Amino acid sequence: MTDVIKTTVTLNVNGRPIEVKPGELLIEACEQAGDYIPRFCYHPRMEPVGMCRMCLVEVDGPRGATLQPACYIHVTDGMNVTTNSEKVKKAQDGVLEFLLANHPLDCPVCDKGGECPLQDQTLTHGSGETRFIEEKRHFVKPIEIGKLVLLDRERCIQCARCTRFSDEVAGDTEIAFSGRGDLIEVAPSPTKPFDSVFSGNTVQICPVGALTAKPYRFSARPWDLEQVESTCTTCAVGCRVAVQSSGNRLTRILGVDSDPVNHGWLCDKGRFSLDSIDGNEESRDLLSAATRISQPLLRENGVLKEVTWDEALEAAASILRNAAQSSDGVGAVGGASLTNEGAFAWERLVRGVLGSEHLDAQFGDGLDPVVLQALPKATIDEAAAAKTIVTLTGDLREELPVLFLRLRENIVRQNSALIEFGFGPSALRSLARVSLAIRPGEAHLAARALCDGSDAPKGAIFTNEELEEARQHIGDSGEGVVFVVGRANLAEDSSVLEEAIRRFAERYPNATFLVALRRANVMGALDMGLAPRLRPGRGVDVAASGRDTLDQLAALRDGEQKALLVLGGCLIGNVADAPAARAALEKADVIAVTGHGGATLAYASVVLPAAVQHERRGTVTNIEGRVSAVTPKIVAPGSAWPDVAIAAELAELLGQSIGLTSVEQAAKAIEETTGYPALSVMNDELHDGVVVGRADASSLRHALDPMAFPGIRSTEAVGIASYTGSTTTVLAHSSGVTKGASLSDLTSSPEIEVGIADAYSLTLYASRRLYDRGIAMQGSPALQPLIPSSALALHHVDLDRLGVESGTVVKVTGARGSILLPVVLDEHVARGSAGIFVGTLNSSGENPLDVLFDPEHLISQVRLETR
Amino acid sequence: MATLDAPRIVSSRAEFEDSYTLARYLETGGYEGLRKTLTMFPEAVAAEVDAASLLGRGGAGFPAGRKWSMLRKSPVSYLVVNGDESEPATFKDHFLVERDPHQLVEGVIIAAYALQVAQAFIYIRGEFALGLERVQQAVNDAYAHGALGSKIFDSDFSLDIVVHPGAGAYICGEETALIEGLEGKRGFPRIKPPFFPAVTGLYGEPTVVNNVETMSNLPWIITNGGAAFAALGVGKSTGTRLFALAGRVKNPGVYEVEMVKNTFRDIIYDPRLGGGITDDRALKAFIPGGVSAPWFGPDMLDLALGQDEVGAQGSMLGSGSIVVLDETSCPVRAAWRITKFFSRESCGQCTPCREGSGWIERAMYRLEHGGGREEDLALVLDLCDNIAPGLGWPPQQTTICVLGSSIPSSVHSAIQMFRDDFIAHVELGRCPHD
Repeated sequence: MTDVIKTTVTLNVNGRPIEVKPGELLIEACEQAGDYIPRFCYHPRMEPVGMCRMCLVEVDGPRGATLQPACYIHVTDGMNVTTNSEKVKKAQDGVLEFLLANHPLDCPVCDKGGECPLQDQTLTHGSGETRFIEEKRHFVKPIEIGKLVLLDRERCIQCARCTRFSDEVAGDTEIAFSGRGDLIEVAPSPTKPFDSVFSGNTVQICPVGALTAKPYRFSARPWDLEQVESTCTTCAVGCRVAVQSSGNRLTRILGVDSDPVNHGWLCDKGRFSLDSIDGNEESRDLLSAATRISQPLLRENGVLKEVTWDEALEAAASILRNAAQSSDGVGAVGGASLTNEGAFAWERLVRGVLGSEHLDAQFGDGLDPVVLQALPKATIDEAAAAKTIVTLTGDLREELPVLFLRLRENIVRQNSALIEFGFGPSALRSLARVSLAIRPGEAHLAARALCDGSDAPKGAIFTNEELEEARQHIGDSGEGVVFVVGRANLAEDSSVLEEAIRRFAERYPNATFLVALRRANVMGALDMGLAPRLRPGRGVDVAASGRDTLDQLAALRDGEQKALLVLGGCLIGNVADAPAARAALEKADVIAVTGHGGATLAYASVVLPAAVQHERRGTVTNIEGRVSAVTPKIVAPGSAWPDVAIAAELAELLGQSIGLTSVEQAAKAIEETTGYPALSVMNDELHDGVVVGRADASSLRHALDPMAFPGIRSTEAVGIASYTGSTTTVLAHSSGVTKGASLSDLTSSPEIEVGIADAYSLTLYASRRLYDRGIAMQGSPALQPLIPSSALALHHVDLDRLGVESGTVVKVTGARGSILLPVVLDEHVARGSAGIFVGTLNSSGENPLDVLFDPEHLISQVRLETR
Repeated sequence: MATLDAPRIVSSRAEFEDSYTLARYLETGGYEGLRKTLTMFPEAVAAEVDAASLLGRGGAGFPAGRKWSMLRKSPVSYLVVNGDESEPATFKDHFLVERDPHQLVEGVIIAAYALQVAQAFIYIRGEFALGLERVQQAVNDAYAHGALGSKIFDSDFSLDIVVHPGAGAYICGEETALIEGLEGKRGFPRIKPPFFPAVTGLYGEPTVVNNVETMSNLPWIITNGGAAFAALGVGKSTGTRLFALAGRVKNPGVYEVEMVKNTFRDIIYDPRLGGGITDDRALKAFIPGGVSAPWFGPDMLDLALGQDEVGAQGSMLGSGSIVVLDETSCPVRAAWRITKFFSRESCGQCTPCREGSGWIERAMYRLEHGGGREEDLALVLDLCDNIAPGLGWPPQQTTICVLGSSIPSSVHSAIQMFRDDFIAHVELGRCPHD
């Protein structure tokens, strides 16, 4: 006889048998059966607490039918449940009445009014009148608990959604309950403000108007809002979002619950940076990211002046025509902020029309694109289910915040092993099974020791025991292991990291990789061929050779290259070596295609205004290779165009056609010529995007659930069973004329000689921070004040050795001079290293990286002097 | 007259000034029960307690032996002793921790041996400053005496006890909230199922939680045998029990009396016990088992002090507190004050208790202080019904723990028994007893 594994259990709900998965929560099972149970504290993405008691139903037990919280009870075979008896109704009505007893009648002035689960469920379940004649509870309202979040304690119904999110999902302990009885309140930590980069999620899941977001407060009423679903491009995780506007003004971005990606969560930068798009109408300074470029600009007598599209395009075409006369005279950088369709159009223009192989979507701050394309890829889900996760990245909470949430959830819930390689702070550090502390310039040595089974290299600050423990968790072939690799340090040559990654990939053939590059659609731009040797549709032409961004800047300096197309983003603001970039642009004819002002425009001869996110249609590809749609919600300002149109017009003026006249046509062309999903994704409403080449990673889209994520406008009524569209086969990637990258394409690099730091120097690392000086932050009036100023982070051993205290301002000397910076103690910093954040300025407005970056060496070293 | 010929089991040292010292304890047979215990099989120790049919003295009255035997199927990790007695007019554990801490410690060691646990916690109400000091001293003395720690009295059994002070919340007397508190968290009760301490208790491990008085009975039971204990009392209610007598009586205090053989009349009126009502006034009502218990009127005075006997009449012996109201007591005020206590002590976790207790308290305040309406009586009862549906006994609950379902008892009793007093308040516009 064979054991039959039961895949369903049968229970009776109101006398009707229903079949559901074993272990399912009763509240979910009933909903599937069409019996919607009202709820407040229950949230499908968090552990149930059974606190609000709104979901009480009768469950038969040994002592007869008793009232039990449906959100807390797991279904069992033969369970008898009543959800519609008088007793249930009275209990639920009673709870609702209790909740309303102390709830103020703020609805007319409350942000949540019109999209409030308490309001909605009062309408469906509540009595029309109040029996409560007492004075309601009073608190000072509202109080600021963080820089972006306000708390009105009078409105709070103590559902613990926010505190659970902070504790359970984000791992923050900045808000918790204090007090008791009906004076219980959510309170911020007395010592630490609620400045979590995830604070906006608590506002989104609040089922009443207790938590409100400062940027959105009083800015709209829900019934005035229109909504589209789109994909966030603030970083490369690709969170699904609902973008809402009132007229042509963006008002709010909310997380959409996507199974494979973000589970409804967003970081505060993704959520609140929308006012960088339409919130700075007054800003006119072309060198400021806060300024939107809405008209074509042409430099005349040294000044950028507004001109017509015809004039600007003709000027641009003329620059390109002249430069293209000399071989290798023209190239393009940037493209990570484009859609796949925009990137595809520019690739056709640069390679096809201008005949140049010099193009690069990364600003020298990423990784070798051929290495990236060759690595066996893991999805976010796979990384979040891996038995062992190995990270060689910057702080994921700062770089790819929602990926951090996904990985953290796995480590905490499933107790998977995390092995970290790193020299800087990491929000995952406390959860790591093994932390291999390395200094900049040592990643490849650590990787070699790990892979070869040899001892820790001489001078290493990790031990052989730690190394051996890491090996144990990785196993022999890397089966079930996901390596998360990214560019942790901009003050270190990428070859160090690439060598480490190559060793991992060779040594552990069964391991997969998740590439933690953070910039918006960098993966899509690379997939569209925006890098030397790459071709649209993830192709590689191993015979080709072209200049990457740093090579192009060098060629511009040397006069070998004449013209540069800058595609979106700010080149100066993103390269590690800004002084060198400035020197290069000084000598070049620069055409900037951008939606925002920035330092690069100081060097532009022509500026072509492009539509940015939420203004354009298309697809983007996230870190795992998931292609998903972006949808416009507002019209681009002035006469900004989508990139496809700009590239197509330029091509016409250059006497050739790229054969694209619309975004849809570009998407169609991508799909037809390379098999890369584009148009099919734009037209697909059933799935959460498509992972390129991974038909198995397809995931059906969730029904929107405004009860779990209030504010989301849903046409799918609450209480209807989940969306069950048919599973369609998704397009698998079929390779076109070019071949896909493979590890064998990679020429092994010569031995990397980093050089040993002398005893007086510290090795510099420059890591990314979420709140940097990029467009999203600088352009957003709400977020701009959160940008921190520079500091130099040191380990206590080094602080002691140098005899300085945290907070002291020291003179830091690097390759190009000195800068004054306060030192801060950070135990996460590897001994012998010193850390700065990219994109921050000191109190004198100087960028430390400009001074401390060493272009001559693979690593940068700094010395400290106390004044 | 009360039947007082039974031995005093837990209050035998009450007369000694130095009853809390190790010297006095040893002089009066202390730690003999433990020495005997260590010669027995753990199962035999548990069997003695089973034979004694010792009902838990914390309030719910679940047989201690059965609680243990349910657990013996899987190894128990921790023994937790609940000394968070915080209810108004309940002070029997207070008496035990201050007056006979060694008896408690010995009981804990015996229970730990029966359960074969190596770690026990004694959680004591933070306000019991003297009790905490004395129990901690007793634990320290027990270590020094060899009765605690590694290889107790040279046996193979080892045990550590941690004395943990509460931080001022009544709710931490609820066993799962107490466990949360021990774990360093906010005292929110856990949901049962699945968080029965016996299954998933302290640090997620099977845990036995017993009351101070329950533990204090163990040395005597082991020394004298379970049968001797079971011979006292009648039926299910065996042995003696401590009662904290309070309210309008001449001699309020803690009395140990044999169960069932005595009645409420005995304990309230016997000159050796309560001594009768203050100023010989007439009895109006009494609360038989702490402020969560439904009230009784004078017609119940001859009811025996037994668990089932009281249960059959729709109330409970509960926490062992008996509160007497005389003819001059205002039942409205009494019910309001009790509600106010629950309202202040509600942990705030679940809605019906958090909001319901405050709402009922405010309505009761109005009724007592002259702002009441006649319809408030129906309103208050309906609110009570939304916390404890049906208002029956034992109560059902819409709440996570029984604090919620304790709120209606006094309000329901007061309105049922003394409706006229409420109406008088409403009509007079003030409390007639003022």
